[in-house]
Amino acid sequence: MAGFDKVVGSYAEAMAGLEDGMTVIAGGFGLCGIPENLIAEIKRKGTRDLTIVSNNCGVDGFGLGILLEDRQIKKMVSSYVGENALFEQQLLAGELEVELTPQGTLAEKMRAGGAGIPAFYTATGYGTPVGEGKEVREFNGRPYILEESIRGDFAIVKAWKGDRYGNLVYRHTAQNFNPMAATAGKITVVEIEQLVEPGELEPSQIHTPGIYVDRVIVGSFEKRIEQRTVRSAN
Amino acid sequence: MSLSREQLAMRVARELQDGYYVNLGIGIPTLVANYVPEGMNVMLQSENGLLGMGPFPTEQQLDADMINAGKQTVTAVQGASIFSSAESFAMIRGGHVDLTVLGAFEVDVHGNIASWMIPGKLIKGMGGAMDLVAGADNIVVTMTHASKHGESKLLPQCSLPLTGAGCIKKVVTDLAYVEIADGKFWLKERAPGISVDEIVAKTAGELVVPEVVPEMEF
Repeated sequence: MAGFDKVVGSYAEAMAGLEDGMTVIAGGFGLCGIPENLIAEIKRKGTRDLTIVSNNCGVDGFGLGILLEDRQIKKMVSSYVGENALFEQQLLAGELEVELTPQGTLAEKMRAGGAGIPAFYTATGYGTPVGEGKEVREFNGRPYILEESIRGDFAIVKAWKGDRYGNLVYRHTAQNFNPMAATAGKITVVEIEQLVEPGELEPSQIHTPGIYVDRVIVGSFEKRIEQRTVRSAN
Repeated sequence: MSLSREQLAMRVARELQDGYYVNLGIGIPTLVANYVPEGMNVMLQSENGLLGMGPFPTEQQLDADMINAGKQTVTAVQGASIFSSAESFAMIRGGHVDLTVLGAFEVDVHGNIASWMIPGKLIKGMGGAMDLVAGADNIVVTMTHASKHGESKLLPQCSLPLTGAGCIKKVVTDLAYVEIADGKFWLKERAPGISVDEIVAKTAGELVVPEVVPEMEF
């Protein structure tokens, strides 16, 4: 098993090799399914000038939002970034660059990047500011724009259960962008809630096969809720 | 009287059919879920990766790993499925969702929609709206007919940056139900108590008015 045992013992080891100026692809939607401890490790390391590819940028004080505190992010590639005041400040001050990308296009850019497809045509964004300057081609009478895929120097991922081989299962809607992010990193680092032994996960139920995964670390998670909406039990 | 938010949602709910997969945007569109007719089954799609969204959880059911596209905690109905964002947008982009309901700032006679960006104001992002309008065949836009200052939001040409081009065919406003075809708005229904003259006055784009304009039913 030694060659396939991807479990590392510390967060420092998990993020070893991350350098200034690198691109990091992060799983998560809002605060759901975010690799919260791997993000905290990037803050601790103090790595700067990062390009972060993630649907959102956390909130003030949690998730990717904490990387804004010491200005570690140079550029965000996201579909929606309106959840934190610090982000707004740095954006308006010109200290932070943002490439707004439609959510489905963002997911597909990661998927294609991990699958070895350099670009794809989509109708999403045609005729809008997103389509400006992009190649247009008609298929069956409809115009599509060419979107390039994304790969990261690192991908940081949150899963529920994982085994030593890096086979992963996500929990509920904490899946979101994580499976695509996992495929698109030169180095893919996953933090999991529960470590199981190879063979314990049903092979046909695995969401992310271990071939995509380089490092696994077991974490404990706060799992902060962004919009706590409940109804009465009656 | 112009329609309330609830009445708008009630009118949109008349577009539902049994067995529909439906994506509801944030705001008034979300309210449509409250007016699914008795005996009708629809499956709500949430673009973060949930098909079969249920009501908000009770305190006991609350789970940080179960949210909708508005980042609210939700539940899943029996028979729901959960999947990745890429899978979710394959459904949306691939035209598998039967009905999409979303809000807008403006629509025009060409079926263009502007809903995400007001130049000069902080731009938060388009989220999944561009994918939804590009992928869906059956889209209903819900919005007020005119701004608070009385300026029409049904225009000859959208003035704001677009979310999608040539993709909108149905608009439910607080004054009327309007369809878009052949480069024109077509008045189909008026809100109870609203005169055709008021609708005409508040529609900047070319509006075709039939001899009889029925009142909306809910």
